[in-house]
Amino acid sequence: MSSEHTLPNIRDLPATDKLIEFDHVNFGYDPTSTVLRDISASFQRGKVTAILGGSGCGKTTLLRLIGGVHPVRQGAVRINGEAIDTRNAEQLYKLRRRLGMLFQFGALFTDLSVFENVAFPLREHTDLDETMIRDIVLMKLNAVGLRGAAPLRISQISGGMARRVALARAIALDPELLLYDEPFTGLDPIAMGVTANLIRKLNDATGATSLVVSHDVQECFEICDYAYIMAAPGVVIAHGRPEELNASEDPQVRQFIRGEPDGPVKFHYPAPPLAQDLGLSGGR
Amino acid sequence: MEWIAALGRFALDILRSLGHHAAFFWELLRTLPVSLRRPYFAIAQVHALGNLSLLVILSSGLAVGFVLALQTYYALATYGAADSVGLVVNLSLVRELGPVVTALLFAGRAGTSLTAEIGLMKAGEQLSAMELMAVDPKSRVLAPRFVGGIVAMPLLALLFSAIGILGAYVVAVLLIGLDPGNFWSIMESGVDVRRDLGNGIIKSIVFGVICSFVAVYQGFEAKATPEGVARATTRTVVISSLTVLAMDFVLTALMFSTR
Amino acid sequence: MSKRSTEVLVGLFVLLGIAALVFLALRAANLSSFNGADTYTLTAKFDNIGGLKVRSPVRSAGVVVGRVTSITLDPKSYQGVAKLDIEKSVQFPTDSSARILTSGLLGDQYIGLEAGGDEKMFAPGDTIKSTQSAVVLESLISQFLFNKAADAGGPTAPAANPPPAPSGAKK
Repeated sequence: MSSEHTLPNIRDLPATDKLIEFDHVNFGYDPTSTVLRDISASFQRGKVTAILGGSGCGKTTLLRLIGGVHPVRQGAVRINGEAIDTRNAEQLYKLRRRLGMLFQFGALFTDLSVFENVAFPLREHTDLDETMIRDIVLMKLNAVGLRGAAPLRISQISGGMARRVALARAIALDPELLLYDEPFTGLDPIAMGVTANLIRKLNDATGATSLVVSHDVQECFEICDYAYIMAAPGVVIAHGRPEELNASEDPQVRQFIRGEPDGPVKFHYPAPPLAQDLGLSGGR
Repeated sequence: MEWIAALGRFALDILRSLGHHAAFFWELLRTLPVSLRRPYFAIAQVHALGNLSLLVILSSGLAVGFVLALQTYYALATYGAADSVGLVVNLSLVRELGPVVTALLFAGRAGTSLTAEIGLMKAGEQLSAMELMAVDPKSRVLAPRFVGGIVAMPLLALLFSAIGILGAYVVAVLLIGLDPGNFWSIMESGVDVRRDLGNGIIKSIVFGVICSFVAVYQGFEAKATPEGVARATTRTVVISSLTVLAMDFVLTALMFSTR
Repeated sequence: MSKRSTEVLVGLFVLLGIAALVFLALRAANLSSFNGADTYTLTAKFDNIGGLKVRSPVRSAGVVVGRVTSITLDPKSYQGVAKLDIEKSVQFPTDSSARILTSGLLGDQYIGLEAGGDEKMFAPGDTIKSTQSAVVLESLISQFLFNKAADAGGPTAPAANPPPAPSGAKK
């Protein structure tokens, strides 16, 4: 069967609408601390957007807010224009049914097998019979290259494999929105390459929107369409396409992207002068 | 003046904690109807908490039966009432030791495993993952364990008492040489099904609720670190045990008051 | 652990528990006595009910035929009023008597019914006319002492306290 039409590559479609929008969001886990200060950002439908930054800058928190886990202190998080109300159970349910999240270490259910983990969302949310579920699970595992590992227990698979199983589980219900929390951390170069490849391919093949939180600039720039760079007190310091960010003159951005040991983010933790600490008065 | 303020803070903390416990209990109850629509999960928990505790419970019951028979024999023999050993052992087991000792053993064996399991699931972000998959972890993970514990406890307590009596029989009749006919008949006429056995069963159900709830609560509220989980399991045992003993006092006073 | 085998094991566990319950209830307790059998109520009044308790047995010829269901004080006659539930299958003549007896030397007290010879039987709600109160240990002792003193020497009856008024509460 030959097709006359070729479907346009999603990357070429005009970037029209924002699937997710952060509107002057202010948030902290407890009343004394603030993790996100006045964050405004938008994430295009159908694109892979990276959220980069050092540890403690609040990037994982962004994902949690998108999942509706915590209410914001100020501002709003909008999905498809509709603000998330964490007290509205029905809205949250609908949102989470269309969402797939990949946790940093997989968060697989250790008492179930690989197959059962991927089958979990299907069993919980659909009335499909077992043969259909089996087919879907094996297809998803096949997409991540782990169809042969289906009968294994979670304790028997490696960290990299665990993350791939978690990815298969995250896409079990074909979500529109995929959230990746540090998908490259702790992986060897091959596994990293595989993962990055999967993220991009999945996004393109299904037309989903992907958000990748990471501090691995290299891998992210290779697969993302757009990126936000955040810094420690919970602010966005730059955003743009990878080419734009690479060419940025901002010292903070340059230090982060190039991985320079010293710059706006100091190497030394604040301390009195070395001579003072060593108890030297003259010089030796 | 500082210590008065500290006392006030302490009292407020306790009230807040009680309120939190009550809210959690209510949440758990609310998820029961949904959770029990798929009874397999609760059944699997009855297995994990009940079947797998059988060894501990049965061997403890047997040992307690032996020792109790021996000790009461020595005490009763001085009054020439040695034949009542069976009766005394039965009443002690069915009214008190069965429910209470089983509850304490359960808290130690099953309660800690529940808390550790749930705490580790929390630490591994499994509960968050579930939540973000639009599956309520309270309904899918906590409620079946809660129900499983409540079902398993009374059964374990009954088995403890039954095997204790058999153990007492072994000691009293086979070892010491008391008359078996007397052993059973004196026991039968002195133990009332509704008052003694029935109240004992009610106690074990109450203790089941207490131990299961505390274990599940501590696991869910544990800090998601190895240290946090360890502390939570300790708290489970301590709080369950103390609450069971306190409730035992209250229930005994209510049930067995001399009119 | 397959689903099937788990369910089977749990089923066995529950069966085991029920077996323990049945064992405890039947062999180790008095379930075999009528619970829920049809009964009718009789009333008996005593000067002193001694240590009789609610749920104490009612026996005739040593066989348990009923239970005491309530014990109250008649405010007019100052007598103890006991209500007894008797099995319907056992009828007693209207001249039967009720005594408060002790099982064994130091055992619990129960009501012993001795059947009379009348042709008419008690109807539900009737009162047993012929009753004998519990033996109060103190009165027995002082009775004994009094008799002893009377034997020893008539006029020199020592500070013979008349038998003290039945003090009742013998636990």
